[in-house]
Formats: sequence, structure tokens, C-alpha cells
Amino acid sequence: METHVYHLQILNLLTKLGLSINGKDKLKPQELSQVVGALKNETPQSRTFIRGIQTVTLIPGDGIGPEISNAVMKIFEAAKAPIRWEERNVTAIRGPGGKWMIPPDAKESMDKNKIGLKGPLKTPIAAGHPSMNLLLRKTFDLYANVRPCVSIEGYQTPYTDVNLVTIRENTEGEYSGIEHVIVDGVVQSIKLITEQASKRIAEYAFEYARNNQRASVTAVHKANIMRMSDGLFLRKCREAAEKYKDVKFTEMYLDTVCLNMVQDPTQFDVLVMPNLYGDILSDLCAGLIGGLGVTPSGNIGANGVAIFESVHGTAPDIAGKDLANPTALLLSAVMMLRHMGLHGHAKKIESACFDTIRDRKVLTKDLGGNSKCSEFTEAICQRMKDMD
Amino acid sequence: SPVPCRSASSLALILFRAFLTCPDACVFQMVQDPTQFDVLVMPNLYGDILSDLCAGLIGGLGVTPSGNIGANGVAIFESVHGTAPDIAGMDLANPTALLLSAVMMLRHMGLHDHADKIQTACFDTIRDKKVRLKSLLGGLQYFCSFKSKFQTMKAACL
Repeated sequence: METHVYHLQILNLLTKLGLSINGKDKLKPQELSQVVGALKNETPQSRTFIRGIQTVTLIPGDGIGPEISNAVMKIFEAAKAPIRWEERNVTAIRGPGGKWMIPPDAKESMDKNKIGLKGPLKTPIAAGHPSMNLLLRKTFDLYANVRPCVSIEGYQTPYTDVNLVTIRENTEGEYSGIEHVIVDGVVQSIKLITEQASKRIAEYAFEYARNNQRASVTAVHKANIMRMSDGLFLRKCREAAEKYKDVKFTEMYLDTVCLNMVQDPTQFDVLVMPNLYGDILSDLCAGLIGGLGVTPSGNIGANGVAIFESVHGTAPDIAGKDLANPTALLLSAVMMLRHMGLHGHAKKIESACFDTIRDRKVLTKDLGGNSKCSEFTEAICQRMKDMD
Repeated sequence: SPVPCRSASSLALILFRAFLTCPDACVFQMVQDPTQFDVLVMPNLYGDILSDLCAGLIGGLGVTPSGNIGANGVAIFESVHGTAPDIAGMDLANPTALLLSAVMMLRHMGLHDHADKIQTACFDTIRDKKVRLKSLLGGLQYFCSFKSKFQTMKAACL
């Protein structure tokens, strides 16, 4: 009798979450774990979380990369986060056959650890090889670029209370790279939208919304003009919405989103969109909260790989002078902790960081203060010690 | 299209500095400090995005003029908001967008004095805030210009 009641409870919860174990909608193991997790009243654990110390590949990067990476490592140590760092370099090398690739030890480390944290990489001009970000994206099939944009108290911008997430499809779309000359003076560029990539990004967006307690997902598109390409993308979003009935789904034209975004960004929650729109909108939202120096970013790949990174530049003019602001990399590392299910540590570090900025006593130059990077780091570490 | 020239007797000096920027960097700067921009030229899709973004910055489609330039000297100026069927025929509509587009048309035709007169009258009436209209888009919150202090105002002040 008890088993029967338990079964009924599970079935009810499944129906409530919009899942079904009848018919062709076979329950995926991850979905089942979420249901069980919800039943146990716990936040669903990410697949990559292993109890104990998790090893993470750290790519310090160039310019201010090493110093902000050190800052993050110091803060994590003060927070007693169960993370072990494995530093790797990703300068491109020529592999067999002359093809550019990332160093094998870096690839091996990422494949093993699955989670990575990356600082800024310098863009090589005339180095003969493609940008490192492109290489990383292709190597690990990083299909989703996720940028949570949250207004930071203490760092005032014209927009307050921003709290949205842009999820950008990062493999195809307008950046397929397929261009050709029809005749002299007429160039054609192919925007590639595939069912597989659209389905993948749409489902990731809803997963993210569910795992992070977000209320709605908005698909951003121009299917009125690009009926077939954006139409396919939109269709896949609608199909994914059917499977995640607990998350609200809306659709909005790209130009309407931009218009409304600059007037009232608080109306937006999670936004999912193809490559180009995502490129533009994610930078727009970064601008709303104060720039790339405070914006975290995560890239989700196939096979459970995820690389979190700061998206600002290498700032060679202040490199090595202890002036850099580690906030962007730190918030990306916090995003990484949440992805791994380490919500307690994530909250602690994030609170310490935001409190330090809100306090406005110890701030780096770009945030309006004149403290050093090490002083800012120390202030955050001290706050966490006081929290214990 | 003819470049507006304030003084008929002197050559208009236009400072032309060509800047190239990608749309993501541009929108990034635009929401932080739009005053750094002047004239922006771009292909179709980026223009769709940016023109609506900038309309949003100044208060929405209810106050944004627009002009379309064609071949053979054709030019059509238009308001870009919707038909607002819910307030049609009730004497509630805001003519600002169409009026500013008509002002743009006068400038295009070289009738600068009339354009200035009508534009000044329109802006002064809005600035005065004595005769108020309910905005076409109703109940918006928008932010003051970046140069002044930031305040949120209900859109009904139009």
C-alpha cells in the first residue's frame, strides 16, 4: 500500500512538472534525478558534482589574467571551497597535419575535469592561427553562452534592478562563416540554423531556468522576416516549452526586446536566442549593469564540459601593476560553483564580493575607488572570515 | 539626400570621422553613454536593432520620427508606432511622432525656418508640461537623459 502511494506521489509530481513516462516521452535520467531531488526538497545536483574535492582546470590567460586568477584562488581558499586548481596554458600549437589546436595537456585536463575557469586571452593579430576562443569552442563544442546580468549595488548605472540571463546559441546561426561572392560587388552570407542545435539550446535554456529557479524563458527572434531559419529556431523553443510546463514561455521580436530593454530591463528574465542576436544582446545587457569588468560568463559544452570565463580584455596597460579588478572572473567562478551544485560556497563568496562593493570603501579604479587588486581581494577574504 | 546647410552663403563644414564598430560593442557603449554617438550607418539587421534601441533610449516609438529615402528623389517620412485601435477616434492620440517626422520632411525639403518653428513649439509644449497627453504606449517608465540626474518618470507626462 505504501509503495502504491509513493508511486502516485511520483506520478503526480511528474505531471505537475510536465513530464511523462508513458508513450514516446521517455524520462531521461537527469529528469528523474530532478524529480527525486524535488521530492527530497533538495536543489537538483548537477551531473558534474562529485562529493569531495573537485579539480577544476584553470586557464589564467594573458595580461591581467594571472593576477585576477590569483585573486580568485585566494578568495576560494579563504572560503574553504572544495576546489583544487589545475593550471594550464592554451596557446595554440600546430598539431599533426598542420592543423591548429590547443595543447594536448590542456585538452586532457579539460576532458578529465570537465569544468574550467578561464581568464582573458589576447587576440593574436597576424599570428596565423584562429582566435583561442574559437578553438576552445570548437574543441569542446561549447554550444551555449550564458551571461547572468545582475545590477551590482554600489556600482551605479542608469539602470537599476536588472536581473536577467542571456543564453546564446554559440555554434551556428549568422556566424556559420559561410560566405561567397556571387558576382563582383554582390556577396552572400549563409545563416545556418539546424534543428539539432536549436533543440539543444532551447532545452538547455529551460533546464537552466528550472535549476536556477527562474520564472520564465523568452525566445528572441525575427521569425516574421526570417521565416524559415528563425521559424525553425522558434519551433524548437516551443517544443521545449511543452516539456517544461513549470517555466513560463514567451516569444518576442528582437527589435521589440531592444526597445523594451533600454526602457525597462526588469521585465526580462531568461532570454534564449540564436548566435548574432545573442552576441548583441549579451553585450547590451553587460552594458546595462556596468560593463565587462563586472559581468560573469559561462560556456556550456557537450559531454558535460563547462568553461566559465571573464569576458573583458587582457588590459595590457595595467598588467602586473596590481590594479586589475577581479570581479568578473570571481563572479564567473561563483557561476561555476552553482553549476557544480556548491550553492553554499557560491552564496558566501558572492555575498562577500557584493558587500565589499556596496560598502564602497575598498574598490579598484574601474569601480570608482583607488585600491589595489590585492587590497580588494583581501577585503573580500576578510569579510568571509568575519562571516564564519 | 541633400545635406542641410544652415548658411546659404558659406560652405557647411562637416567633420567626418569614420569609426568602425561592431554592433555588440556599439550597443554596449550605447547603454552606458549614448552621448558619444552622432550619426550611425549600418546594414539592415543591425539597423533594425539599433534604431529600435535608440528609440527606446529617448522614450519610445511615440516620440520617434522616421524617414525613408528612395531612389529618384522619393522620400517618405513616417511615424513608426502602431495604429492604437483602442484609443482611435477618442481624441487621445499623441501626434508628436508624426509631427517630428513632418519636421524632418521640412528639413529634407530645405524649409529650415518652418521646421525650427514647429519643432520649437512642439518641444516647448512638452517641456512646459501644462497640456499633457497620455502616451501612445501608456504607463511606461523611462529614464532621464544621461547628462541630468536619474529619475524615473511615469510616461503620462507627455
